[in-house]
Amino acid sequence: MMRTYAGHSTAKASNELYRRNLAKGQTGLSVAFDLPTQTGYDPDDELARGEVGKVGVPISHRGDMAALMDGIPLDEMNTSMTINATAAWLLALYVVAAEDQGVSQQALQGTTQNDIIKEFLARGTYAFPPAASMRLIADMIAYTVEHVPKWNPINICSYHLQEAGATPVQEIAYAMSNAIAVLDAARERVQAAHSEGGAQSNGKQEADAQELMEQVFGRISFFVNAGVRFVEEHAKLRAMSVLWEELGRERYGVREPRRLRFRYGVQVNSLGLTEAQPENNVQRIVLEALAVTLGRDARARAIQLPAWNEALGLPRPWDQQWSLRIQQVLAYETDLLEYPDIFEGSIVMDGLVSELLDGARAEMAVVAEHGGAVEAVAYMKGALVDSHRERIRRIESGEQVVVGQNRYSESEDSPLTADAEGGILVVDPAVEAEQVAALRQWRSQRDQAAVEQALDELAAAAADESASQNLMVATIAAARAGATTGEWAGTLRKVFGSYRAPTGVGEAAAAPADADLDELRGQVARLQEKLGRRPKILVGKPGLDGHSNGAEQIAVRARDAGMDVVYEGIRLTPAQIAASALQEGVHVIGLSILSGSHRELIPAVIDALRQAGVQAPVIVGGIIPEQDVAALREAGVAAVYTPKDFDITRIMQDIVELLGTDGRVPVAGTGASVNGSA
Amino acid sequence: MSEASRPQAGVGAALGARLRDADVSAAPAALNLLESTTAEDRQAAAALLAQVAPAALGGEAPGHVIGVTGPPGAGKSTLLSALLRAWRADGQSVAMLAVDPSSRRSGGALLGDRARIDFDPLDRDVFIRSTSAGERLGGLAWATRAAAHALAAAFDVVVIETVGVGQAETEVADVADTVAVVVQPGSGDVLQFLKSGIMEIPDVLVITKADLGQIATRTRRDVSAALRSLGSSSTSVVAVSSLAPPQGIDALVAALRAHRASSDVGERRLRARRANALADYTHEHGEHGLRALGGRHAAQQLLAAQDPQLDTAALVTALERAAGGA
Repeated sequence: MMRTYAGHSTAKASNELYRRNLAKGQTGLSVAFDLPTQTGYDPDDELARGEVGKVGVPISHRGDMAALMDGIPLDEMNTSMTINATAAWLLALYVVAAEDQGVSQQALQGTTQNDIIKEFLARGTYAFPPAASMRLIADMIAYTVEHVPKWNPINICSYHLQEAGATPVQEIAYAMSNAIAVLDAARERVQAAHSEGGAQSNGKQEADAQELMEQVFGRISFFVNAGVRFVEEHAKLRAMSVLWEELGRERYGVREPRRLRFRYGVQVNSLGLTEAQPENNVQRIVLEALAVTLGRDARARAIQLPAWNEALGLPRPWDQQWSLRIQQVLAYETDLLEYPDIFEGSIVMDGLVSELLDGARAEMAVVAEHGGAVEAVAYMKGALVDSHRERIRRIESGEQVVVGQNRYSESEDSPLTADAEGGILVVDPAVEAEQVAALRQWRSQRDQAAVEQALDELAAAAADESASQNLMVATIAAARAGATTGEWAGTLRKVFGSYRAPTGVGEAAAAPADADLDELRGQVARLQEKLGRRPKILVGKPGLDGHSNGAEQIAVRARDAGMDVVYEGIRLTPAQIAASALQEGVHVIGLSILSGSHRELIPAVIDALRQAGVQAPVIVGGIIPEQDVAALREAGVAAVYTPKDFDITRIMQDIVELLGTDGRVPVAGTGASVNGSA
Repeated sequence: MSEASRPQAGVGAALGARLRDADVSAAPAALNLLESTTAEDRQAAAALLAQVAPAALGGEAPGHVIGVTGPPGAGKSTLLSALLRAWRADGQSVAMLAVDPSSRRSGGALLGDRARIDFDPLDRDVFIRSTSAGERLGGLAWATRAAAHALAAAFDVVVIETVGVGQAETEVADVADTVAVVVQPGSGDVLQFLKSGIMEIPDVLVITKADLGQIATRTRRDVSAALRSLGSSSTSVVAVSSLAPPQGIDALVAALRAHRASSDVGERRLRARRANALADYTHEHGEHGLRALGGRHAAQQLLAAQDPQLDTAALVTALERAAGGA
């Protein structure tokens, strides 16, 4: 199936786009939601600022969902939603939108990504603590397997783990451990649902529960990553197939071969794509596509290829078309698909697979020792941060070659990139104001008492300690009553508590000795003498963007260089960043944003800092198009770093230099507050 | 920073005066100064501390200094969030010093704990600062102790959070009016530490995760029994659950307050100041310096003879003078 990942600005605009694509023969929908919707905030929430409609469509209530699906027959549609923490809510809105069309939930087909562990580990759009999140997932699985039987309630993602630095062994082990946690939780739920009411015999109930569990297992699919080391990556997928079948047979008693098959979709690696000489990304993408298609026994069901210029910003339609053409050349021009499995009987491939299996089993045992994937989130996160750091160290030292970046970096002028950045898609900032106005109108026109009652019932079901009620039921009722995304999530946050995932940076081991680092430590020590205190940096991620790899690596390296590092993880408001900077007395503030919201958020953070009386310099890292740099500097940013600045040691040296020479800097916060009221 | 803009003694005194006037917005700058090691900043810091010394205040600083310690994973951050909410609801201003244990080894430190404490960033009456652990074993960093004293002049509550069991309560007891040890249900090592005397008996013992039910109840019973067998009837044992709906937080707030009301804060702080002065002096001048005073016992007697209103720095100066500038 070939889909394009789409959904922007408003439900209405996205609906028009879907209808155009469906008219062209597209058979399914893939819905991308904006970050506030993904994390459970309404567009008028402070945290939503700058993010509304940016990376997907904002859906705040049943009215938005109805507009999104307007004129699209939901009984015929196969809809894939990239939604996790708030998956139960979005599915509920979808069920209600279907009701409006007179379509029964029994007829609905599609997939919700609904994988929360990778959100804690890599992607960052979580909303509730781990145990409560797993309950929501298990409730959804138990609900859909009976009431929305054609729905795939979960898609387990190892994709994001590799983007966060996972080695092949880690990718396999953590994905499988994650699946075990989900399936165990679902089994408990399914069995509980079938042990009530005494009419049937116990044997019959057990058999029913087992049959449902086998159905659940058969419904689970994976979303994996493929890197440029494509032979090993192919072996990885073969290893995952072996483990999955083993898991199904041994742990869950699944017998039917069809249900035991390892089903996966794939998006090839973005981490390895470079901003320098971006045209080289085309060959990387082709090779990565081969990793998941070469051998028939472990071939992907669906492939999404990134655009060659992804590291530069949002790809344009033409860039996406190029990626689609890569797939089409592979599928229709080459002989790739004409043979049975070409690695069958290969001693080399079998050896590679068994090596990965051994490593993955050992790592799965470590996760199990921690008490399973939910309990091991902090351990896994620390391990990923370590792997990622090792990867960056190898690239910096030249041990790992990246063509065009750390070797063969000389280049003729590129005709391709000459105007590529000028064409990057920008979302109209007016969208946010319109969404906020529309939301307020929605709230003023609905039956407020009914909404409040539905939310009270949701809170009661969530707070019930025996967890006897399936939360999907109260969630659908709240959707029907007209509650908003922020109200649904806010109600559950009140019951479950809010949560900050482990950052992994505290767990990361100290850096191995190396000459560059020693030199840097010397510079930091000299700076410390000059400042009177150890140089202190605040690394902050404003807004809802959860891509924290860059921030984590900066934090770890600054620590290794001998600085004190204040890193509080993702999802901070400008006010929180300003309070931390002031109270901690930091010398410099590093902000990281990859969602494209830097134009709104960076100036907002700088305003908040200066209002709090913090004069420390601000540096920014992320996917920042060249034409935005001047505006950021204008707003007071001292330096801007983009993916082409892969040498973190160099960034650290810049910081040392900045602090050593900048007259305003050292005793952050005192400048304004010594003499007067800050 | 250029030399001209370095905080001078006058700046330190001004910051101290603001703290004395309960101007909590002076806290960040005061901490920057107290943490600094340049000669000039140390001078300014001394001037700051002189402004909040008992002599200048006309008595002990009014704030309640509370040490909160416990092993990692005991739920300290969640507990502190709940306590913070309770204190703020009561209108009390709160400063928290989170002592980072990792900074003890060479190199930098990752300070992330403040993120785990929930508070309104626009609330000026809350101040949270990560601070490094002391370089010498068995004591908090000089800056942390100095900060706790200084902040107690401006804030109603000053919390020092440290990690660990065994050594940690001893460290924090040198500064805090009240020491609370936080343990989670089923932590048998705490019982053993208590019985074997590795761990000093805390003023308040907090058992978290009371929602775990039976195991929490059993831990509470065991801990209470151990305390009784050690002859300590004054330690309150409070079970709390920070999960919604929170339980026991009000009882804990009351227990902390009751401890302070029933103890002689002046006496405790005086003892702490003298102990700290001796430790600082020894750190600075070594055994040689102690011998110049006629040994540790003679030094303690000398300290006991000083004006009880002198702050730690003044006491160190007194020792140095007695040693003839050793």
